[in-house]
Amino acid sequence: MTTSHSRKGRLLTVVAAVAAGAAIAVGGRATAQPQQTGAQQQDFDKVQMDVVQVRPNVYMIVGAGGNTTIQFGDEGVMVVDTQFPQVSAKLLAAIKSVTDAPIRYVVSTHVHGDHIGGNEAIAKAGRTRAGGNVVGDIGAAATSSAGIIAHENVLKRLSVDPPAGQQAVPFGNWPTETFFGDKREFLFNGEAVQIIHEPDAHTDGDSLVFFRRSDVVATGDLFTTVMYPFIDTANGGTINGYIKALNAIMDITVPSNVNEGGTMVVPGHGRLSDEQDVIEYRDMATIVRDRIREYAKRGMTLEQVKAKKPTLDFDPRYGMDTGFWTTSMFIETIYKEMVKENPPAPAKGNQRNRSNQSKGSGE
Amino acid sequence: MLKRLSVRLLTAGALVAAASSAHAQAGADFAGVWQPRYQEDQPERIPGPELRDYLGLPISDSARQFADSWDPGRIALPEEQCRVHVSPYIYRGPTNLRIWEERHPKTQDLIAIKHYHSTYEQTRTIWMDGRPHPGPNAAHTWMGFSTGRYDGDMLIVETTHLKQGWIRRNGIPMSDRATLTEYYMRFGEMFTRLSILIDPVNLTEPLVKSEEYFRSPRELPAQTWLWVCDPVVEIATREAGEVPAYLPDEHPFKDEFARRHQLPEIAARGGAATMYPEFQEVLKKNPPPPPLPPPTKGAARVTGPPQGQGQGR
Repeated sequence: MTTSHSRKGRLLTVVAAVAAGAAIAVGGRATAQPQQTGAQQQDFDKVQMDVVQVRPNVYMIVGAGGNTTIQFGDEGVMVVDTQFPQVSAKLLAAIKSVTDAPIRYVVSTHVHGDHIGGNEAIAKAGRTRAGGNVVGDIGAAATSSAGIIAHENVLKRLSVDPPAGQQAVPFGNWPTETFFGDKREFLFNGEAVQIIHEPDAHTDGDSLVFFRRSDVVATGDLFTTVMYPFIDTANGGTINGYIKALNAIMDITVPSNVNEGGTMVVPGHGRLSDEQDVIEYRDMATIVRDRIREYAKRGMTLEQVKAKKPTLDFDPRYGMDTGFWTTSMFIETIYKEMVKENPPAPAKGNQRNRSNQSKGSGE
Repeated sequence: MLKRLSVRLLTAGALVAAASSAHAQAGADFAGVWQPRYQEDQPERIPGPELRDYLGLPISDSARQFADSWDPGRIALPEEQCRVHVSPYIYRGPTNLRIWEERHPKTQDLIAIKHYHSTYEQTRTIWMDGRPHPGPNAAHTWMGFSTGRYDGDMLIVETTHLKQGWIRRNGIPMSDRATLTEYYMRFGEMFTRLSILIDPVNLTEPLVKSEEYFRSPRELPAQTWLWVCDPVVEIATREAGEVPAYLPDEHPFKDEFARRHQLPEIAARGGAATMYPEFQEVLKKNPPPPPLPPPTKGAARVTGPPQGQGQGR
């Protein structure tokens, strides 16, 4: 299965997908609205799943929404992120084209609708493992669906009442197994799987999923190859946290002796990557943040900072003039965080006055 | 601009056609050990380009800003010490090159041509069996994904799926959206590689370059083919996650190149116009900047020609 989209078409599709997922940030509450927005912007009938082999038992599936990663073996299938609900049947077919093993777990890297939209359909196509008193108490329902794992902040965001006029995310998409703290880890299909929480980055509920033996990390939207880092401040995101998360990915990845291959990285959106791709992206995010931080320290206004074009070198690669996450919004979001981090010094007159007062008081 | 580009490409095409007709037999054999000659762009290829030297490169404004903020300290970061020159660039550097063919054992059909570069120990595969390039979501590599075909005696290679690299290693980047077309033409014991790089991010026009390689009469010692890279922490005081870079318009050496070589700023800044002969007229209308002051007594110059050593000496 392969896509036949043009580069521009693919980019628009990705942008629409991320936009749809991002729209749930309204008021810091997760709603079903973004999925409708996504439906308006995409023709899901035309979506084709691109199944990319990463390892013998790990695949990346690119369709509509965030990338999906699957790992499978004797114990079943783990599905990381489930795209939009409108393409769940296609996603299931893509998974079945690779393995007939039952789906045991769905992992949601964060709260956005383009990553959790298919949770219910994908989970219901699978079966979790249960036994003993659990099955005895609740019967077949105990195993009728795969478990959905996410950081607890994902559930917190989803379980808040949506803003007026917007639909809540269907209950079936909510995580059934949450974790708090740094990580959750367990053995699945004979390899250690680490679900690592990265706080306050893209959102406040982001997780990386590291398949240790396969040496593959699925990043969710903590890394993409198609756009500037989307800092969803309404859902707890920060640029500093995002850059920390990128460095955390680089702590996990180990390349060959010529900075290529080694640990493979499945981004939230875009093509299959490795550490070097994350390095370029980390460098970009850090350089832009540091420029804006320096300008903010100098007391420059937002308009003055924008006039300095702090992203010019990266705009043709990652920038957007329209849509939900424009270059201008990227700059503004960083600027606000940097101003908060480095409050502007009092105006010169005040400084002089304060200085004089200080002298006066000391004399 | 497009007209001038067309003229340039037609000229390149004429060279290629001439080479092709001179060696009419199909599929020249490039197998062997080859070493480059550095008569073209020697300062760039051996000592390395000077900071802020963008002469003759059709770079975009974004590429210029990237280079304007470039701090070479960045490649001292452990994670960047072993970064490789991408296939559009690696043929320009010091490198030994081994070329061989891979043929089907039963049919002897040509499956692939392999290039092994001693620099960075890179093996490049040029698929000759007609397979398509991978889809848009496949991983990118330093060498990219290459397919080739013969046009008469000339080998034509198309490359996609490249990692981000250098157009010039003084900070001018090549994006991972770049594509490369190469023409390999053999002339006895040498071959010419002519390349056309298209980068929608960092170039406003295609960049055309050429290099010559000569056949080595004997195999080289095994160790000359190795490039072992073990990254280490070079600056212990650097904070984790730090990425060295200058503010674009506040680079401490921003006018050094232009002043050292007495070039108008408009030339040093590069851009498509600086590629063409008529730029000479522009130069005449723009005065050079003041020369660099003599170095402070005891200061050691580590790059570029000695102070006061002009051309003609």
